[in-house]
Amino acid sequence: MKLILIGLFSGIISGMGIGGGVLLIPFLVLFNDVSQIDAQGVNLVVFIPVAIIALLTHRKEGNLESKYNKKIIIGGIVGATCGAILANLIEENNLRIYFGIFLLLVGLYELFKKE
Amino acid sequence: MEKNNSKLYLLGFITGLINGVFGSGGGMIIVPALTFFIGLKDYKAHATAISIILPISIVSTIVYFLNNTIPFKISLLVMIGGLVGSFIGAKILNKIPAKILRKVFGCVIIYTAVRMIWK
Repeated sequence: MKLILIGLFSGIISGMGIGGGVLLIPFLVLFNDVSQIDAQGVNLVVFIPVAIIALLTHRKEGNLESKYNKKIIIGGIVGATCGAILANLIEENNLRIYFGIFLLLVGLYELFKKE
Repeated sequence: MEKNNSKLYLLGFITGLINGVFGSGGGMIIVPALTFFIGLKDYKAHATAISIILPISIVSTIVYFLNNTIPFKISLLVMIGGLVGSFIGAKILNKIPAKILRKVFGCVIIYTAVRMIWK
């Protein structure tokens, strides 16, 4: 039940256009004793159906701009492969600390960016 | 044009790398990049970002899966909540002052980050 609620909460946030994953992962790690790498795996796989549904809605409303997508996605696939291999090699505690530092930067950006 | 192309590949690479290493956060790179460098409007940047991060996430998911780091039961439960939540989120998106919300969100993230670093 707790897991469904965590999903619900992060879903609401991501539906509002703010990264749900950046909170889902810490929730799982801090309150559910899920390991950092497993929590990241959960977020990746949960994102897929949520993104597909969101995309169908956006396409209907004509919000997609695909002019540059192909090149960005090709670069992205290479990066995603390297990144995922790296994540599975980094020691558990270090991965959590690196994630925390990334999160800190994201938080500061959200707080201080100009509208 | 040549230079522009390599920038797009590089932007994709960085987005993919972050999203793969941290299992999230690709949007934090690509959304500002789409608005500042490519000049997309905010709502278009968000929508387009999803279409970029979806294939990237699928690739990362496959690598995680091969390393046995996708716990199925937890994922399924979170997914049920996540799908319902994203519908609710999309519905109330326009009814909440986003500016204030983002600042609150920023504070929550910083607090969470500190907890993660010193767990």
